Formats: sequence, structure tokens, C-alpha cells
Amino acid sequence: MKRSLRRAKEFALERLLFLSGTASVVFVVLIFVFLLREGAAVFGHVSLGHFLGAKFWYPISSPAKLGILPLILGSLLVTAGALAIAVPLGIAAAFYIAEVAPKRLRTVLKSCVEILSAIPSVVLGFLGITLLVPFLKNFLGLPTGLTAFSGSLMLAFMAMPTIITISEDAINAVPREYKEGAVALGATHWQTLVRVVIHGAFPGIIAAAMLGIGRVIGETMAVMMVTGNAAVIPRTIFEPVRTLTATIAAEMGEAAQGTPHYHALFAVGIVLFLISFAINLTADLFLNRGKKR
Amino acid sequence: MRNESLKQRLGFGVLLLATLIVVVPVLSILVLILLKGWGALSWKFLLTMPRDGMRAGGIFPAIVGTTYLVFVSIAFALPIGVMAAVYLSEYARDNWLTRTINLAIINLAGVSSVVYGLFGLSLFVIFLNFGVSIIAGALTLGIMTLPVIITTTREALRAVPHAYREVSLSLGASRWQTVRHAVLPRALPGILTGAILSIGRVAGETAPILFTVAAFYLPKLPTSLSDQAMALPYHLYVITTQIPGIPESYRYGTALVLIGLVLVMNITAGVLRARYRKKR
Repeated sequence: MKRSLRRAKEFALERLLFLSGTASVVFVVLIFVFLLREGAAVFGHVSLGHFLGAKFWYPISSPAKLGILPLILGSLLVTAGALAIAVPLGIAAAFYIAEVAPKRLRTVLKSCVEILSAIPSVVLGFLGITLLVPFLKNFLGLPTGLTAFSGSLMLAFMAMPTIITISEDAINAVPREYKEGAVALGATHWQTLVRVVIHGAFPGIIAAAMLGIGRVIGETMAVMMVTGNAAVIPRTIFEPVRTLTATIAAEMGEAAQGTPHYHALFAVGIVLFLISFAINLTADLFLNRGKKR
Repeated sequence: MRNESLKQRLGFGVLLLATLIVVVPVLSILVLILLKGWGALSWKFLLTMPRDGMRAGGIFPAIVGTTYLVFVSIAFALPIGVMAAVYLSEYARDNWLTRTINLAIINLAGVSSVVYGLFGLSLFVIFLNFGVSIIAGALTLGIMTLPVIITTTREALRAVPHAYREVSLSLGASRWQTVRHAVLPRALPGILTGAILSIGRVAGETAPILFTVAAFYLPKLPTSLSDQAMALPYHLYVITTQIPGIPESYRYGTALVLIGLVLVMNITAGVLRARYRKKR
């Protein structure tokens, strides 16, 4: 009797474990469903093509103009700038940390990277607005320091931890035999790195760059604080822009529930969700390919 | 040959330079915030209400709000996260369901923080009718931090040597008894690491709480989970961008408290992890 009671208890517990295990799937589905619930209604006002392709975002004029092309271009510009800085620096730093640095220094450097990833984005935004923005305005002689470039600089640092740690894992995962083989053939350590290790680590490095993109596109607070938030199509990187994320964060507070503006902001959320979904899926494919070899 | 060794020194020099460009700003940020914020810190700053349109007084309500959010969201996410990790590490087979779960975890970790805010608004504030409240914000933050808890716990469980499980099972213990008595106790430090890391994450996030809980200014402390609350990261955002004429030391002081809180959590987690790794 006692035994069957115990078995019933264990059965219940194991069901509970299973349910918790599937919770992540449930939450991903819930996020998508509840974004759709509030966002789908925007397509009663504009067509999908208009929403993604029209050049004007004047959500509170009447009738509201709900084209998110300027926002998409703003996000792309800031992201491209950030990647141009973060990818080369991040990969180089990953090589230094994984292959060159002495063991003690490696630990210190890795902690620095960890600290960087822990700094809240609002703190970086605060420093950006108090130090970086006035500095860039004076240094580059711009009418305002609140530009896409400021955003790119901030975001480059926020993407760095992702890029460094994942590239470093990929570099460490290159089989030792490869390196030993190269060295045995008379290659220097440097030649081994640039001719052998980099090839073995390549899929992982691609994944690192992709996840860096994901991190940058989704970043909100720091970007909103330093990019100036002008919802116009940018011509150069030294102009104010407004990103997809900043638009949601800045406007949701004032958008009345049920208005086209409100639905449009949720639809922007759907766009962001789909972008991060696609990026993570592809990065995962690259990571698995790296592992199989 | 000399040419090659010169190339190597040059190459390593470039790599070092890149690393310094990443690391030096991090350290300068920490030193700067510490130096500029230290002057503002006092018991009065930490433990009194703001005055004069938040231009004077303290940040007590923001600290209280963040504490509420941290505890409620961890109380929600830790059990689910740990159980999910136990399922994935001890029970799940390598099939399509497990692969789907793993993909879902990766995606949860990748969703933009402001999208979590929209989700929280749509599900908790509006659909479940919680209103803008601590419970809505904490649940949103809890779901956001779930991937951190699951992955660190899973890592801790996998690090427990297989022999423990085999011995326990061979002595006639059931699967659950094995997990409960042979595996979980040894994974405890790792689970704790995940919990502490996610506290740091929850305390520092702004975007998910923008529309779900955060209040610009409240004259009173929250008294229940259905109240709105102020929170440290949102408070820093507000006094940086929305209110002109705040003394700079006041902003740096708030940033110092926030970053201090987050870093203490991260360092504790790091020390804990280093300790249990050494033990093995």
C-alpha cells in the first residue's frame, strides 16, 4: 500500500518535471500568440506591404501613417555600424584570450568580458548620453551627438561579450591534433592560428557574429537614449535615427489602447520577434555543424 | 624564418591591442562610476524618499521596487527552471520534442527585452487583467530569465559524474529517488549560481518593466503585488532623460547602486562556480 502511494507520488512529480520541461516551448508560443492578439489588427488599417515598405512613420497624425521602413533602416544602420566595430575586435580578442594570453591573464580578461555582459543597458545608455554624446558632438563637429554612430559604438560593446565567448568556445573546440599537426610541419604559432585554427572554428565564429546581430537588433534602452530618435530615413551614419526597439519603448506609453498606433507597435514587436527567431535558428544550425565536424 | 617570427609578433600585437580596446573601457566605466557616484552615497540617499520632483532626497522606493521584482520573479522562475533542467538532463531522450525544447530555450534567450515588455503588457496586464503591477512585471521578468536558470542548472546536473546515478540505481532506488538524493545535492552550488546570475539580470533590466510595472514617481511604497512600483533601472532612465536639472552626482549615485547590485550578484556567482569546479 505504502509502496503504491510512493509510486503515485513519483508519477505525479515526474509529470510535473515534464510539464516544466515543455514550459519553454509554451512560453515561446504564448509570446507569439499574444503579440499577434494585439498586433494583427494593424493590418485592418494598412497592408503588410505598406506597413513594411512605406516611408513615413507619423503614427499620431490623422490619418495615421504607419510605414516602418525608416525604423527598419534605422535598426539596420545602427546594427551594421556596431558589427563593423564589434566583429573584428571581438574575434581578435577571442583569439588572444583563447590562444595567446597566459593562463592568469586569461582569467582576468574573461572576467572583464563577463562584467561587460552584466552591465545593465540603461547604465551604458546613461554614460553614453552624459559622456559619449557631447564628446562626439564636439570631436566630429556635428549639430548633435545623438546619432546612429553613437548607437553603433554603444551597441558594439554590448555585442562584444556574445561574440567573444562564442568565438572562444569555437576556437577551443578545434581538435588539438590539427594544431599539433601544423606545428609538427614547422608552422609557427601564428601561422597555425591564421591557416588552421580559423578554418576549424569558422562555423562557430559565424554563429557568434549572428548572435551578435541578434543582441544588437534587440537592444533597447541604450539605443533609445543615444540615437536621437528621429523617425526619418537616414542618409549618413552621423544623423539621428530611430530603431524598431526604441520606437516601441518610447511610444507605447502614449499610444492609447485599441488605436492603429497601438496595434502598429505590437506589429513592430512581431517583426522583431521573427527576426530574432530566424537569427537564433540559423546560428544554432551553424553551431551544430561546427560540433559535428 | 626571421620574417615569420616578426609576423607572429606583429600578429599577436594586433590581437592584444584589440583585446585592450575591449577591456580598458570596461574597467574605466567601473572606476568612473565608482569615483563619481561614491560622493552621493549615504544612508539618507539609500533609505529616504525622493523630494523636490526627484531632484533631492533618496532612491529608497526604487530599491524597494527592484527588491520586490527580484524576489517574485525568482520565486516564479527558479522552480520551473530547475524542474525543466532536471527533466532535460535526467529524463528526456534525444527526440524531436527535446530538440524543440532546446530550440525554444535558445529563442527565449534571444527575444528582445522590449518584446518581452509587449508580451507582458498583452498577456498579464491586459488579458489576465493584472493591470500595471508588480506581479505582471515580475512574471514577465521571470519568463525572460528562465533560459539562464535552465542552462546553468542543466550544466550543473550534467557535471555530476554518472557513477553516482549508477550506484544509486543499482541499490534499487527509483529514478526520482536517484535524482533527489544522489544528483540534486551535488548540483546545488551550480543551481545557486544560476539563481544568483538571474537576480543580477532581473535587477538590471528596464525594457520589460516599462509597460508592465514601472512607475515614474510614487509618493508611497507598494503594499501589495497588484501595486505599481518604482524600480532602479527605470529610475536611472527617468532621472537621466526626463528630468532636467538633477545634480550629476545624484545620477552617478543611482548608477553606482544599480551596477553595484548587479556586479555583487555576478561576482558571488563567479566565486561560487570557481569553488565547486575546483572541488571536482
